[in-house]
Parts: sequence; structure tokens; C-alpha cells
Amino acid sequence: MEVVLQNLTKKFPGRDRKNPSDVIAVNNFNFKIPDGKLIGLLGPSGCGKSTTLNLISGLQKPTGGRIFFGKDDVTDLPPENRGIGLVFQNYALYPHLTVKQNILFPLQNLKGKDKLSKAEMLEKAIAAAKLVQIEGLMERKPRELSGGQQQRVAIARALVKMPRVLLLDEPLSNLDARLRLQTREEIRRIQRETKITTIFVTHDQEEAMSISDMIVVMKDGIIQQIGKPQEVYDNPANLFVARFLGTPPINVFEGCIRGGKLYIGEDAVLTPKDIPDQDVYAAIRPEGFICRADGVLNCSLKGIEVMGRDISIVAANGAAITPAIRVIANAGDTENAEYFEEGASVRFHLIPRKVFLFHKETEERIYYKEAKERIYDKES
Amino acid sequence: MRKKFSSCGSLKGWLYLLPAILFLGAFMVYPLVDVLIYSFEEGYNSASQTYFGTGTYNYSYVLHDPYFLQAVKNTFILVIITVPLSTGIALLISAGLNSITPLRELFQTIYFLPYVTNTLAVGLVFMILFKKTPYSDSLVNLLITFFGGNSVDFIDGPYPAKMFVLCFYTIWVVMPFKILILTSALSSVNQEYYNAAKVDGTSNFRIFMRITLPMISPMIFYLIITGFIGAFKAYSDVVALFGTDLNAAGMNTIVGYVYDMLYGDSGGYPSYASAAAILLFAIVLTITFINLLISRKKVHY
Repeated sequence: MEVVLQNLTKKFPGRDRKNPSDVIAVNNFNFKIPDGKLIGLLGPSGCGKSTTLNLISGLQKPTGGRIFFGKDDVTDLPPENRGIGLVFQNYALYPHLTVKQNILFPLQNLKGKDKLSKAEMLEKAIAAAKLVQIEGLMERKPRELSGGQQQRVAIARALVKMPRVLLLDEPLSNLDARLRLQTREEIRRIQRETKITTIFVTHDQEEAMSISDMIVVMKDGIIQQIGKPQEVYDNPANLFVARFLGTPPINVFEGCIRGGKLYIGEDAVLTPKDIPDQDVYAAIRPEGFICRADGVLNCSLKGIEVMGRDISIVAANGAAITPAIRVIANAGDTENAEYFEEGASVRFHLIPRKVFLFHKETEERIYYKEAKERIYDKES
Repeated sequence: MRKKFSSCGSLKGWLYLLPAILFLGAFMVYPLVDVLIYSFEEGYNSASQTYFGTGTYNYSYVLHDPYFLQAVKNTFILVIITVPLSTGIALLISAGLNSITPLRELFQTIYFLPYVTNTLAVGLVFMILFKKTPYSDSLVNLLITFFGGNSVDFIDGPYPAKMFVLCFYTIWVVMPFKILILTSALSSVNQEYYNAAKVDGTSNFRIFMRITLPMISPMIFYLIITGFIGAFKAYSDVVALFGTDLNAAGMNTIVGYVYDMLYGDSGGYPSYASAAAILLFAIVLTITFINLLISRKKVHY
């Protein structure tokens, strides 16, 4: 089921007496979610992503705008008539009912012509349980289950009515790291099997990037960028998106363009095409550095971090807006690691397509639209 | 060395416990045991501290005393009517309070007022409501005659009328506390459960029966247990309504019977009083035990 949001807006009345202006949680959203896709709503806490989900579910009424499921305008429909399945952050499994009763609960609410016989209900419940692989736990109470199992039960309960749209609110936030990896694959698999349009909310960019077909990056109730995860990563629209995506985070430098050259501090690092002289933010992905003795960017070394497969070089540069910059080291870069010592000078070449330039004031990407073409003279 | 240390430690523990043990022993355990002993001592005289012999005669006397049987009957009627009714009504009121937002606090205060109101003032109000005097009829009777019924004497009249007043009064008095407990229990139910139920299209009635009730069942159970115990111990309310000569009014309760046996006009029989008290204890214990058994199945912690 295609989901379309049209000028969707949600304002909350301001509670602050001194400053009674409305809080705009969702500001004029326009986007279309294609049928059968897995969509991640991504943003820091308080950016309105949960509110968006609640608006789609119908638990909250929008201040303005419309919501369509396919051709149906569902804006004024109560949640139960929208045909949605909702998985809550804390699962909201009824603690006094067994897993089976929990999964049966939505089916028992059906009335009139939709009413099912007991056998049909049980059949559907078992099918849903099989889908999430919990058919062996049907007689347990929720508190006798692990977090991951509870999560599965919650998904089964949301799926048992075969909703048109499945909504997941921070589905992985209550799970430990290992389980999170497992469960997100699981969500992906279930979504693929059922082909139900699924929207999930998360503040974890890694989670969103790894399983979504499309991500929607939000900040302060405003959509920053929509796109395929890799596209958004490779081509961020503004500084916020660039900084929000990626671990280790992108390294941001204060730079300027003088005479067609990009300067970071004293170093002229790149030659961008046709950009007038101005002050900019230059953001460089950690993998955009190549450690070379004759590199163009000069930094002082702070240390080497080894985390399993990844080795990162931690360095400092006066122009960086953070005290330390992190660089994913390429094989060979750290072969002479023991000769590195703190304070030593370390020089990098830059990979141009990993370097993004942003306006100093608006923080918008310079030449965002053209960014798919080459904007640098020299591409290594 | 270690042994000495540990015994010293446990000694210290006992020392800390000593005040509580002394008080509980002197004012709870000793009297309880004493009552049990009195109940088997025939014709015990507290002045001379003498008795004729031991046996179960006290129990047999009490169980054959028509006043005691009347008291048991009254108490049971009171318990059976007031405990479910007051809990049920309190639940309805709390659910109502919980679902309104404007004026909720005002209503909460109003419902809580009986709890903090002076018993004598309450008695006066009930007097105006129900008592017939030579000069005027009671308010309730005025209403009844207004609608074409015959006026009833609620205080000195027929037994059902008196029982009605007693139950009405008891329910009214215990209600505030129950409402207080239940409103807080209701508001502590996680809103997410209601949202989940709403998304699934659950009717309000089903939400209440299948989600709200099980969620607050521990509190309801607590209210029922304390309600049973409280109603079995009813005495002061009865005195406030019907005066001290309860046997004559036919409105005595078990506790009232015990009191009358000790200090009433025809009193001075600690043995009978003790036997009646032990019987009350047995009844309450049994009922509570049954409650606990039922709660195993119905209460979800």
C-alpha cells in the first residue's frame, strides 16, 4: 500500500507561559512511500519522527494536511479503520495474557462480517507466530520471554490482521547490540516475506541505513533529505545530514575558497570547479583520507584506535570544529604504526567525492544538485 | 573468634528488634493468647481472677444465644451487600473520573470529603436524611411521600429499612478511600496498552474488561480483602445510627455483641465475649483464606 503524506503538519500548543508559541513537531511534510518498501524515519530525539508515526497510525490528529493509503484518504479515520499494525517501543504486550492470547487479541475485536470462527483465529495466530518464529512460546506470559522474543510477539500481534501498513516505533532500542543486529535482519526478512509497506522510526542511523529501502532524515520537524540510504550518505543535502549519517562521524573543517582553491587552515587541499570565493564548511568522510607523506592536509597525530577490523587514525587540526578528527586507515597506512608518536605530523591526500562543501550560514550543500557530476577538477 | 563475632552480631540484631518485640508482645500477642485462654475458661471473673473450669461451654452458649445469631446474620448481610457494592460503585466512579479531564480534581476532592469529615457531622446529616422526629419527617421520607409512597421509619422501623440505612451509610463511608486507591491505580496503567488496544479496534467495554480490570486487579483485590475485614468489624457506624442498645434494636453486629458482653448493661462476661471474638476471628480468617485462593486465579501481579 502506497502511503502519501500531503502538507502534513502537527502543532502542539506551547505550555511555556513566557513563550506561548506553538511547538511544531511536524512541519509541512510531503512525501510518498512506494508500495511494499521498508522506510526508516531517522532523526535525533525530539525531531518529530514518533509524532509522524502517530499521525500515520491515527493515534494523533494532524493540525493540517492529508494522509493517503493508496487512493483512500485516511486522515479522519480512527486508527482501527486504517488497517495498520503498530509495534510500540516498549512492545505494549498485555502482561496478563499469554503470547497466544496477545496475538489473538486483535482478531477477537473483529465484528460483523469480518468475524472469524475460533479455528480461523487460531490458524491466523499460528501463521503469524510462525512468521516471526515464536510458535513454540505460545503459552508463555510476556514476562517469561526475552526482549527479542517479546519484540517478535509484538510484531506477530501487529501482523496477525494483515495490515496495509506496518508501523514500528524504535523497534530495536530495547535490545542489546548483538540482538539488535539479528532482529533488524529479522524485520527485513518479515517485511520481504509479507511485502507490507513498513515504516519504522529510529534515531540510530546505522540501523536505518542497513535495512531501509529509503530513509527520511528529519530535524526539528522538517524533512532534511529523502532517498536511498547510500545515496543520502554519498550525497548529503546539508551539513546536518552529513554529520548525522556515518560512523565514525564525518569530519567538519572551517575552510574557505580563495582563487578557486579550497583552503583548510593554511593548506590548499582541492580545486573545486566554478565556486566563487567564500567561507565554507568542508566535511570529509573518515574514509576520504589517504595517508601519504606528501599529502595536502597537514594534521598532528593524537593516536591510533584499533577496533577489530577498523583501524582509525585520530588526529587534530586547528581548522576542525571538533577537537579530534577520525580517519579510517587504509591497509598499509599503519604498517609503521610503532613509529607514529603523539604530536607527530601526519599528512593526508583527500578523495574528492568524499569531500562536501557547505555554505557557512545556511549550512546547505554547495552545488548539491550537480554533485552527482564531478565538481572538482582533479579526481583521483 | 568468628563465632563470637557472629553471635555478637545476632545479639545486636535482637537488641534492635527489642522495642518492637516488647510492644507487640505486650499489646498484641499477649492479649490475643489471653483471649484464646479466656474463651475456654468457664465463668471467668476478671475481678477475682477465678473460673469454674475449662471446656467449650462458652462457645456452645454463644452459638445458642439468639442475640449472637442475630448479630452474625446482620454482619453477614452487611458484608455481602456492602463489599461488592462499594467496590463496584467506586470502580465506576474512578473509571469515570479517570476519563474526564476538566474538573477532575474538583470531583476527586468532593468524593474524598466523606473521608475527612467528622463522624458526628456525618451522623447529623444521616439523621436529617433518615430520622423521623415528632416534629418533622426525614428528608428521604418527604421524598417518598412526594412521589406517593408511604413514609417509613428508617431508624426505629422495620428491619429491611434499618438494614438499608446501615448498608447505605457503610458504603458511603468506605467509598472515598476506595475511589482514591482505584483512581491512582487506573492512572498508573501504561497508556501504551490503551493505544495498542485502540489500534486493534477494541471496544471500550472490552478494553475495560480485558485490559483495565486485569491491570488493576491487585488493587481491587486489596480493597476487597480490607473491605471484608472492615465490614466484619463494623460497630461504631451501627452505634452512630441506632444508639447503644443494639440488641433491642435487632441491629447488633458481632463486634457489638462482644462489646455488650464485656461492658454493656447486661455485660460482665469476658468468657462469652472472648468466645465470640475467637469465632469472629475464625470467620474472618476463613473468608480471607477463600479470598486468597480465588485471587490466585484472578489477580495478575
